[in-house]
Amino acid sequence: MARYSAWQILKQGLTGNKSWDPAWRDASPKSSYDVIIIGGGGHGLATAYYLAKNHGIFNVAVIEKGWIGGGNAGRNTTIVRSNYFMEGNTEFYEHSLKLWENLSQELNYNVMFSQRGHLNLFFTPGQRDAMIRKYNIMRLNGIDGELLDRDQLISKVPHLNYSQEARLPILGALYQGRAGTARHDAVNWGFARAASNLGVDIIQNCEVTGFISTGGRLVGVETSCGEIRAEKVGMAVAGSTSLLAHKAGLGRLPIESHKLQAFVSEPIKPFLDSVVVYGVGHGHFYISQSDKGGMVFGGNLDGYNSYAQKGNLPLYSDVASCAMNMMPALGRVKLLRQWAGIMDMSMDGSPFITKTDLDGLYLNAGWCYGGFKATPASGWCFAHTIAHDAPHDVNKLLTLDRYKTGHMLDESGHGPYPKSH
Amino acid sequence: MLRLECPVCGLRDHDEFTYLEDGSITYPKLANENQDDWFNAVYLRENPRGRHIEKWHHTFGCRTVLLVERDTLTHVIGKIKPAHPKIAAALKQPATAKKRS
Ligand SMILES: Cc1cc2nc3c(=O)[nH]c(=O)nc-3n(C[C@H](O)[C@H](O)[C@H](O)COP(=O)(O)OP(=O)(O)OC[C@H]3O[C@@H](n4cnc5c(N)ncnc54)[C@H](O)[C@@H]3O)c2cc1C
Ligand SMILES: [Zn+2]
Repeated sequence: MARYSAWQILKQGLTGNKSWDPAWRDASPKSSYDVIIIGGGGHGLATAYYLAKNHGIFNVAVIEKGWIGGGNAGRNTTIVRSNYFMEGNTEFYEHSLKLWENLSQELNYNVMFSQRGHLNLFFTPGQRDAMIRKYNIMRLNGIDGELLDRDQLISKVPHLNYSQEARLPILGALYQGRAGTARHDAVNWGFARAASNLGVDIIQNCEVTGFISTGGRLVGVETSCGEIRAEKVGMAVAGSTSLLAHKAGLGRLPIESHKLQAFVSEPIKPFLDSVVVYGVGHGHFYISQSDKGGMVFGGNLDGYNSYAQKGNLPLYSDVASCAMNMMPALGRVKLLRQWAGIMDMSMDGSPFITKTDLDGLYLNAGWCYGGFKATPASGWCFAHTIAHDAPHDVNKLLTLDRYKTGHMLDESGHGPYPKSH
Repeated sequence: MLRLECPVCGLRDHDEFTYLEDGSITYPKLANENQDDWFNAVYLRENPRGRHIEKWHHTFGCRTVLLVERDTLTHVIGKIKPAHPKIAAALKQPATAKKRS
């Protein structure tokens, strides 16, 4: 397949854009593979790519029940950052951010990764101290972070609500300059194209309905397109994880499925050139502006377990009032679209990339509502775990049994609570 | 908007309520020192797509904790009753029910 380049754009442009190849091959399933990845979201596609690229395993299929990127991978608010402070998360998300920094070149696909900076606002001295602690830990790990006082923040984003009459006056922000946003569809298509180029079969409209095992070892999957055999199977199905885990006999997992909404406004002129986020008490809000001009924002989960990809109205008004509190200038901007995705909420807000009790079955799950930023590292580590039948150093703490041994990765300090970020 | 029929207050919008947790969990007795029993109750979830029993608190109403049956795919609400068996039993008495209405 031809590499994308400036020359290609020129040539195709002059010949009416008639001879572009499809970006990836829509395959039908063979009877067997070395590795099957269930789920054609960002994580599944990235896993397939890195299996081929880093581990020389080319006989791979990604099996997707709908269309690739139709799940959370195509529904998120695209924020990418690495401001984590628990060992286990810190190194994992920084590894991801480093992969992001070179991803467009790596995939020969413009994923529009924009390091526009991420501002996490604080409103109370206690909140500031907790954030300083986190950013100190980041800096000790070689991750960039800066503390901005109120004046520095005002010069960066002049149009937040800085009024002393505000419900909670802004004191400052913690800033990660290397963080930003990326184009989610481009990430999915880029990984799909690069994987397909290396020989990976991408199979859409094929649902995995069961698992085939002999002698305690997994040997394949049952699907709506028939039985497919494989030596190893990796599950990367986000909000559907518990359903498949039950079918594989893994029993109950430390996961609940919850829905998260996102909102986008009509396009407006350049208004915000960074990502602005805050979380205080029950209020939670994040906003950025897409390259098309739409204000992209979101807040909390809807609040109750759900597999319905549709959001409720109380949360919509909750998020709108968060927006109005923070950026009153948005008041007359019209909302264009709103949607929801199903999140695999783990009991400590952190993910799993691990082997399972069933030989040959590997699990990638628990992404909560922050798994987009993890996409490259998730695929990278999951591919390593599958290829070597053992985790890489970067994901060795992302295990399923960490709750049992008391090694929770609980960034928010909530205790067991399936609604943390 | 979901609407829940509170046995005390009647039909109310769900934003009067706080979703608490999976209502199908039975926590071990406090004296139980078996780690696995606690691990199972505190961390593991059935997480069904379909019928789900859950606890909702009528925070901006009568403040009763309710056991609600709800479908997690369609959001259709089924039976609702107070989580505390004694309150549930008391509400069943016709005389008491009359007094409240
Ligand atoms: C509204 C919203 C906003 C978000 N914002 C952010 C953000 O700003 N930053 C961030 O980092 N993260 C964010 N996230 C989280 C992020 O999108 C997810 O954590 C991440 O996309 C999950 O991994 P995935 O891409 O592989 O999931 P998905 O794209 O959901 O992939 C799973 C796939 O598995 C398929 N599947 C399920 N069951 C089967 C089966 N039986 N057989 C075959 N295929 C199956 C599904 O169809 C789906 O395509 C957000 C999510 C949502 C919904
Ligand atoms: Zn009530």
